[in-house]
Amino acid sequence: MDASAAKLIGAGLATIALAGVGVGIGNIFGSFVSGALRNPEAAPRVFGNVLLGFALTEAVALFALVIAFMILFVF
Amino acid sequence: MHSPMEQFEIKRLLNFHIGSLDASFTNSALWMVVAVALATVVFVFGMSRRAMVPGRLQATAELGYEFIAGMVRDNVGNAGRKYFPFIFTLFVFILFCNLLGLVPYAFTPTSHIIVTFAMALVVFLGVTVIGFVRHGAHFLSFFVPKGVPLVLLLLLVPIEVISYFVRPFSLSIRLFANMLAGHTMLKVFGGFVVMLGLYAGWAPLAFIIAFTGLELLIAFLQAYVFAILTCLYLNDAIHLSH
Repeated sequence: MDASAAKLIGAGLATIALAGVGVGIGNIFGSFVSGALRNPEAAPRVFGNVLLGFALTEAVALFALVIAFMILFVF
Repeated sequence: MHSPMEQFEIKRLLNFHIGSLDASFTNSALWMVVAVALATVVFVFGMSRRAMVPGRLQATAELGYEFIAGMVRDNVGNAGRKYFPFIFTLFVFILFCNLLGLVPYAFTPTSHIIVTFAMALVVFLGVTVIGFVRHGAHFLSFFVPKGVPLVLLLLLVPIEVISYFVRPFSLSIRLFANMLAGHTMLKVFGGFVVMLGLYAGWAPLAFIIAFTGLELLIAFLQAYVFAILTCLYLNDAIHLSH
């Protein structure tokens, strides 16, 4: 296999990380909705934490993106 | 057609050389100056009238101030009051850089790893110095979790040390990758509009409009996350809590 084909496969493999991130973001908002339905009073107070968790989880997806970009463009 | 990565290219606007050091004034530096100038205008003009019933600009300035002041109070406590100006400056600078980057043809300084890494490194070094100044050698106990058997400590202490030293990297990559990915995505879909032309081009155009709204949210969210993580790190250093 030549190196450029291996690069494309590697960059594609790097996106597998999105599976975990999908589970993570779904879990965050799913838990928030089920919690908010049980106790609507408390929902606005935890929404800041929800966004923080969302941003931290999304960052994992972007780490994978950076790896994919590094494989494609740096090496 | 231009590459979607072309927007991140750094161009020299004024050439400066100090010895062998290239200190040219670039488009990145220009937009950082614009961000600082605009932030100064908003806060100086906003607060100059000091009206009892704030106008729009004053309300914006007060809202931003109270938002960060509340964040520092909640996360660091009273001891964090000293560091509020630093965190507020950091937040406002990142927020204005992110928001200005959304203006068409503008450059986003925070989409460059070196800019975000410099900020993250200042936070990391500052927090470490604060920890050592306040607690001396006792600060090292931060790396030793309490109530853990000795055998497990052999495993946990290296993990704690590594996760501490990874902080500046995760802090900087988070901001830079968010900006990079968002702006690349906008440009890629901009290319789709041109490619699909008059009949089908409106679909990606509608997506771009919706996505710009999301990018506005992310521009704010990333500034918020950077500031709140700085608060959390500061809290670790001041209270040695886990």
